[in-house]
Amino acid sequence: MSVFSPATRDRFERLAASYPQARSALVPMLLYAQDELGYLPPEAIAEIAALLGETELAVREVIGYYSMLRTAPAGRYHVQVCTNISCMLRGGEEILGHCQRRLGIHNRQTTPDGMFSIEEVECMGACAWAPALQVNYDFHQELDPAKVDEILEKYRRQG
Amino acid sequence: MAERPAYPAAHPAEVRVVSQRFGDPRAATLAGYLDTGGYQALGKALGLNGGEAMAPEAIIEEVKKSSLRGRGGAGFPTGLKWSFIPKGGDKPKYVLCNADESEPGTCKDRLILEYDPFAIIEGITIAGRAIGAQRGFIYIRGEYRYVLDIMQRALAEAYAAGYLGANIRGSGFSFDILAHTGAGAYECGEESALMESLEGKRGIPRLKPPFPAISGLYGCPTVINNVETLASVPPIILRGGDWFLNIGLPKNGGPRLFSLSGQVRNRGVYELPLGFPLRRLIEEVGGGVLGGSLKAVVPGGSSTPIFTAEEALGLNLDYDSVGKAGSFLGSGGVVVINDRTCMVKFALRVMQFYRHESCGWCVPCREGTNWLQLALTRFHRGDGRPEDVDLFTDVAQNILGRTLCPLGDAAAMPILSIVRKFRSEFEDHLHGRPCPFAAESSAVPVA
Repeated sequence: MSVFSPATRDRFERLAASYPQARSALVPMLLYAQDELGYLPPEAIAEIAALLGETELAVREVIGYYSMLRTAPAGRYHVQVCTNISCMLRGGEEILGHCQRRLGIHNRQTTPDGMFSIEEVECMGACAWAPALQVNYDFHQELDPAKVDEILEKYRRQG
Repeated sequence: MAERPAYPAAHPAEVRVVSQRFGDPRAATLAGYLDTGGYQALGKALGLNGGEAMAPEAIIEEVKKSSLRGRGGAGFPTGLKWSFIPKGGDKPKYVLCNADESEPGTCKDRLILEYDPFAIIEGITIAGRAIGAQRGFIYIRGEYRYVLDIMQRALAEAYAAGYLGANIRGSGFSFDILAHTGAGAYECGEESALMESLEGKRGIPRLKPPFPAISGLYGCPTVINNVETLASVPPIILRGGDWFLNIGLPKNGGPRLFSLSGQVRNRGVYELPLGFPLRRLIEEVGGGVLGGSLKAVVPGGSSTPIFTAEEALGLNLDYDSVGKAGSFLGSGGVVVINDRTCMVKFALRVMQFYRHESCGWCVPCREGTNWLQLALTRFHRGDGRPEDVDLFTDVAQNILGRTLCPLGDAAAMPILSIVRKFRSEFEDHLHGRPCPFAAESSAVPVA
């Protein structure tokens, strides 16, 4: 019994076959697994390890390296605020503070309803349109506090 | 996806080569790409348009003639890099496109990937032809998911139309490209760490030599180039190396993309001839400094040594001029800093980044960045000791040149230059004095 949907399981098998060495598919697989499950639970790690013929330890070793991969759930909307130099110079720290106050949580925490989590992140390649944040994979740029409120409200309404 | 307003018209100083299709929504489709001159260079290289195919050596020669240098950071001559790949041999050869753009201050590859994915695919295919490879990979940073989607759609279209796969357009040349996602790691932008990551491992760097041209991905000969570098190849093949060279300066061929960010009015990505004066970039193209007067400029991404206002205003933006002035053109990420910004705070934020991104493999980098972040945090809040200032330099000096990959140098160089050039600001923080800039944030909000 797979922890993944049949479509994802198929995708993983195709992915493993598309590289000269199957293990090359590991990092994309982990990220796509997380997209589907919200995080990487032990069952997902075991299944991916078996699929690639690797040990669970080898897979965990890789997970520990990459900053986007997580073994515990985050909020449904993971708010990632950049405070690196180009954002800092245009108010990125103020945007992070604003998000924390609005959502009532600190960095790396999740709201009690599981809707939002916050993470201060490093440069996301939006320097010329700073300050910027990403909600899951969506970029939001040239932010001010009012725009942040609108963005958070939009996601809250989406539920 | 990214919300993005209409792409701005070119500034008169710009020479749009790799940015020629920016803002054209049709360019990310094969039909739109073909309508705007796409695939003519591959046609020329493979002899698809009735002419004779170019010999692989002739392709490399043309790229050498253009004086195209790497647009990722190190600035190595691209044609020379390609020529290091051994001819023949039993092992497969690979072309890697480094789309792991993560150097703070840099946001230009994202635009090429978004607006002109076929130019990258065409550039990789030509590179593959030149070095005798049959396979390429595009390593895209995990945060750029919408870009990965764009690239995968473009690859599918290229395959469907016979521009990739077996026997490309009847030429006898076969080539495959796969787009691959990372999952968050600055270090994977370093070429050997990228290869480790693409092999499904932690992205730790390899000891060099052997260099990738001899032993790269899966231990096979590999060329690895930045996105912008590869997107520059089709125009060079089509219009000639001399044409490209003459846009820039000797040994500094072409225009390149500059990401202009920080406290400056008209931020953006601008394609300017190499050798363009930094003063004109800030004042004329950038519309001037915001929120104060100019204090400092980072010329090529956060890892490059900083310039004071006075140094910056006399500088021309080409590899050799910036090198002679003691820094690097790097990734072309120009960050403008005004005189209300605390340089201790700036150094601390840069160090926070490198501590977070150090992969931990080499002790000087792992321990040095950690120690420097802790000490700079203490120092910035007013608990500094007079001897700390020299200690920052001493620790950074002991990272410099003592690590397998350039991340150690990237962490050490900014702090060394900031302490040396803005020492008085460090001294102003001593004796329990709070940060003199702390009363209000120097951050300039978006208008």
